[in-house]
Amino acid sequence: MSAPVTPVAHNPIGRAANYLTSQLRQIGIFIALIVIVVLFQILTQGVLLNPQNVSNVIVQNSYVLILAIGMVMIIIAGHIDLSVGSVVGFIGAIAGVLTNRMGLPWWLAIIAALLAGVLVGAWQGFWVAYFGIPAFIVTLAGMLIFRGLTQVVLGSTQITPFPDEMRALGGGFLPTLGFLGGQYETLTVVIGLLAAAVLVAAGIRQRLIRRRLNLEDEPFAWFVVKLAFTAALVLAIAFLLASYRGTPIVLVVLGLLVVVYSAVMGRSVYGRHIYALGGNLNAALLSGVKTKRVTFLLFVNMGVLAALAGLVFAGQLNLANPTNGTGFELDAIAAAFIGGAAVTGGIGTVTGAIIGGLIIGILNNGMSIIGVGTDWQQFIKGIVLLSAVAFDVYNKRRSGGR
Amino acid sequence: MTTNILEMRSITKTFPGVKALQEVSLGVRRGEVHAICGENGAGKSTLMKVLSGVYPAGSYDGEIYFENELVEFKNINDSEAVGVVIIHQELALSPFLSIAENIFLGNERQKNGWIDWNATNLEAAKLLARVGLKDNPITKITEIGVGKQQLVEIAKALSKRVKLLILDEPTAALNDEDSAHLLDLLLHLKSQGITSIIISHKLNEIKRIADSVTIIRDGKTVETLDMAKDEISEERIIKGMVGRDLENRYPHHTPDIGAEVLRVEDWTVHHPTDHSRVVIHGANINVRRGEIVGIAGLMGAGRTELAMSVFGRTYGHNISGRIYKDGVEIQTRSVSEAIGHGIAYATEDRKRYGLNLIDDIKRNISGSALGKLAKRGWVDANQEYAVAEGYRKSMNIKSPTVGAITGKLSGGNQQKVVLSKWMFADPDVLILDEPTRGIDVGAKYEIYTIINTLAGQGKGVIVISSELPELLGICDRIYTLSEGTITADIPRDKATPELLMQYMTQEQD
Repeated sequence: MSAPVTPVAHNPIGRAANYLTSQLRQIGIFIALIVIVVLFQILTQGVLLNPQNVSNVIVQNSYVLILAIGMVMIIIAGHIDLSVGSVVGFIGAIAGVLTNRMGLPWWLAIIAALLAGVLVGAWQGFWVAYFGIPAFIVTLAGMLIFRGLTQVVLGSTQITPFPDEMRALGGGFLPTLGFLGGQYETLTVVIGLLAAAVLVAAGIRQRLIRRRLNLEDEPFAWFVVKLAFTAALVLAIAFLLASYRGTPIVLVVLGLLVVVYSAVMGRSVYGRHIYALGGNLNAALLSGVKTKRVTFLLFVNMGVLAALAGLVFAGQLNLANPTNGTGFELDAIAAAFIGGAAVTGGIGTVTGAIIGGLIIGILNNGMSIIGVGTDWQQFIKGIVLLSAVAFDVYNKRRSGGR
Repeated sequence: MTTNILEMRSITKTFPGVKALQEVSLGVRRGEVHAICGENGAGKSTLMKVLSGVYPAGSYDGEIYFENELVEFKNINDSEAVGVVIIHQELALSPFLSIAENIFLGNERQKNGWIDWNATNLEAAKLLARVGLKDNPITKITEIGVGKQQLVEIAKALSKRVKLLILDEPTAALNDEDSAHLLDLLLHLKSQGITSIIISHKLNEIKRIADSVTIIRDGKTVETLDMAKDEISEERIIKGMVGRDLENRYPHHTPDIGAEVLRVEDWTVHHPTDHSRVVIHGANINVRRGEIVGIAGLMGAGRTELAMSVFGRTYGHNISGRIYKDGVEIQTRSVSEAIGHGIAYATEDRKRYGLNLIDDIKRNISGSALGKLAKRGWVDANQEYAVAEGYRKSMNIKSPTVGAITGKLSGGNQQKVVLSKWMFADPDVLILDEPTRGIDVGAKYEIYTIINTLAGQGKGVIVISSELPELLGICDRIYTLSEGTITADIPRDKATPELLMQYMTQEQD
């Protein structure tokens, strides 16, 4: 039947409004993040955006954001992973035993821990992809299996301390190169400027290419606003960090992961195959996509990212504990869905998941600062998750989805 | 009695930005079979959704009179309450419930709030008898074929004391035998005083059972033809639908046949779950370069199963036989292997198996040969765009950009996307399973032209189709398949519908 068509407005304002409405899904979540930041900046009387707190928010949410990257990919493929919290604990325990009890050097322990993540992922990927058990069941089992193994490895005690290098990965900062004007840490400022410059350059280059191909549908004003805003945001964060202790090492790791995984999901054949099989598994299969292999590798990838999150978390706490990572899977899943991933698969982005993760992180942080108890924190987080997805569903229905 | 049971007056239905229906009027006489014809997107289904309350009163302009009373349905329950029941193209049966449970779904036979199973099954059996089904009402829906499921839908409608039955493309998924049975049933119901409206693309069916035909084009009523009064030909109806004379429904094709490109020998396939059942018995088929070969068979004969088992063993169990490509034996154990050997298969069910409906045109087109657009695993999005844009123009895909979501395209345009996808993979052999299913006459002609072009490029094309005129119109040679066995190999000049049907129904031991 004839699909509803968005009416073409003839005045420029109408056109801009139309364009923005069409982008609502994409920018809606971003606006939500800004609203939440402003709200808590007011409620906390400026504490939220004070340099030390910004640094803390980034460091304390890094592991959930790392998990969210892998999780959104799994969700796009139409699966779920409930085991990542337990894997975080399990890998932390392994790293603790290797360094603290067996005295392995930190780098060897990191490699071994990441390899353990590969094995964990391969184990779950095998059952999901090749044996055909739903991921929900496999990873629910994995949640129990790896939580149990964490306790077995630790012998039901805690391990502390971790080597300095691993603690730095979790909570350390890049070395300082002196302070500009005695106030801003130089390296952080340089990184911020570089990052902003690269963002702007990439944005302009992309627009030029799209223009040349006559593909451009983004109004120029909106393009400028978006680019300027993003660059300003990066610079603002850089200066905030520079006026505290500089760049957290884990932020560098996270930044690299976001860039690499965004590229993988947006531009690589593998990423396309993930969207294809999440959008229509049968069609992907009949187009020659090796669906089982793609699924298997997704879980391996999730295993590695969960291992990395486990290392970061254990390093940050300087502790391997049987309860490390409990409930992280829920935060990672919530981040992906708040960030616009579709429950039915096929839709979602890495940046969306990161923004979703930040929303949860800032809610946690802001509410803690103003003294909201964990009871109400959980309640509010639940409401936010529900309304984010409700907004998405509403949007889809309004735009005449299927 | 020729009073109108239904009178729809000046119905206008607007979606944001588009007028789906403009001042459409429809009069249906009591006790007749009234057909509605029109190209895809003409507004037929929208009109029926207005009638049945899917689009509630107030969301459209105009008036509906049912049995001379103005009605304003707010939902389907309202329309069903007065006896207007619609059966949608996609059947709405719950697969793991029994026939009886489905018939009374939402309308359960109860005693004190508990389901009265005896009444349920007894009444269901009576209704099944009325539609000519002998199955036990406790049979699960999954255990009966599509043809019988369609009859269950009608039985369900009868349980609601239907006065006006609306069927949207009821025979689209049925074989000729089941279709014939369904059409007979409609005539039988007519004799019991039940009026029906049937939306159909199949003009021979309309000619057979309809008393009058209303033709809709571009959201407007073109005309209503009385089938009894004037001897209305199929060509006459087509003319009304497309607004022009369609001199020839099949483009001219001069075969330029070269060497054999694919040969399948002694191909035997077992059922994927019932391993003892043989679905294809030692089939031998071949296709030469530049040749269009048809496979004719009734539903369930194993046409799709034959094609899919060859295409990367995507169907079947314990498959044996040999496949030769350009005279050399090859293996096609997986889809990527089959594609690698230059074999492509475009599915009969493009929504379920052909397209990623939530993704855009260009990514669907590039889907089967993404490697061609990639260097070291990274996709060149600009080149992808250029390729897709090329197909959009050459295939006449009606969409402003290749960034449009395929789920919102019409059936004909979706099919063009599927064909583009496989053309981009540039196979030597293209198996097209029901390439024109659910597509209107104009778009069909375009698809046939594309098939001719592909053959002209020296590819071997295999066309599977339920419509015999289509196979006779475009193929150079036709295989008939009956109960999993190839029963004949008939060249174009010898083929007639009667001959094909004779071999398609040949009994096997």
